[in-house]
Amino acid sequence: MKTCLIVDDSRVIRKVARQIFESIGYACTEAEDGKVALDACKTVLPQFVLLDWNMPVMNGLEFLRALRQLPGGDKPSVVFCTTENDLNHIQEALGAGANEYIMKPFDADIIRGKLEQLGLLD
Amino acid sequence: MKQEDFDLLSTLVRQRSGLVLTPEKAYLLESRLFPVARKHNMKSLEDLAQALRARRDETLMFDITEAMTTNESFFFRDQKPFTLFQKTILPQMLAARAAKKHLRIWSAAASSGQEAYSLAMVCAEEAAKLQGWKIDIIGTDLSREMVNRAKAGIYSQFEVQRGLPVTYLVKYFTQIAGDKWQIKDNIRQMVQYREANLLADFGPIGSFDIVYCRNVLIYFDLPTKGKVLNAIGNIMTPDGFLLLGGAETVLGVCDRFKPMPGEHGLYCLSAAYPQGVKAVG
Repeated sequence: MKTCLIVDDSRVIRKVARQIFESIGYACTEAEDGKVALDACKTVLPQFVLLDWNMPVMNGLEFLRALRQLPGGDKPSVVFCTTENDLNHIQEALGAGANEYIMKPFDADIIRGKLEQLGLLD
Repeated sequence: MKQEDFDLLSTLVRQRSGLVLTPEKAYLLESRLFPVARKHNMKSLEDLAQALRARRDETLMFDITEAMTTNESFFFRDQKPFTLFQKTILPQMLAARAAKKHLRIWSAAASSGQEAYSLAMVCAEEAAKLQGWKIDIIGTDLSREMVNRAKAGIYSQFEVQRGLPVTYLVKYFTQIAGDKWQIKDNIRQMVQYREANLLADFGPIGSFDIVYCRNVLIYFDLPTKGKVLNAIGNIMTPDGFLLLGGAETVLGVCDRFKPMPGEHGLYCLSAAYPQGVKAVG
């Protein structure tokens, strides 16, 4: 089963995202900030990370930079999912190694489309 | 809705656009035409039907057709037809037109322009191979509102996320307001949009090497499908390609085309390509 780590400080967003990912056959884990997510990745790397930007303790960009330094940390596909919707943020995210970028609000179609482009949808 | 009102409205829409509305689709008629009734100061679809019976009001009939034929679209819809364009159709055509260095592409029923702009973006990605080439991309739609939207090339945050890779968003769009993005001039200038009805004479539209006509035939009845396919056959170059939507086919509809083996949705004129074509790269 494909694995997805959902990183967002909003429990509601995590729940909505989890439903979408589970409906397309992903096993999901959740993290409420970048630090918790990074600790989880040090134990086991997911195939896919859905990543919020603004979170307490460690933000999404800091998490992504740290993840890419881990052994095998270049493997997971990371897709930002954030209210930050300007070109500068998008370029900064891509520069830090994000594979895709979703501007909130999102829906199941957008997530499925991005997964399809990344070759992660059967 | 009363049966005679449904019959009147669905017949009008069918005559003007080819769109077939079966009785199960009455809800679609109601939801799309209620705003039209309001715009014309009427309270219900009953009033709308009554007004049409009293007078063949051209503006009203135009608005009804527009409302019924406006459909959602998104960039790189279904993805495969665009991979096919990049890997198979374009290389094949670049070889076939090497002397002329001119290609004409038609996005029929272009809606708000996403398909034609997606093809233009693929051409921009392949710019190195297209040095010195003239590529005409023509997008047509029945709806004036859609043609105007396509020409403007302005899309909502939702629209630019459906199917469009973020790298293309960064490369080919400008953010013009918080949640509005406009396709850049270099891509916009590659595409010409105009109003055209697939059921009418196409007029002086010229001939095309590649025709994308996706997700429109499904709305037509069998004789209309055949008529439209035949008309498309008339304006295609003998070695040209036709792309249909995932739920559409020429089989049992029009024998002028044959499917390309192994390439779902891709068709050519029956006499062309006895050996088939191969993907490149």
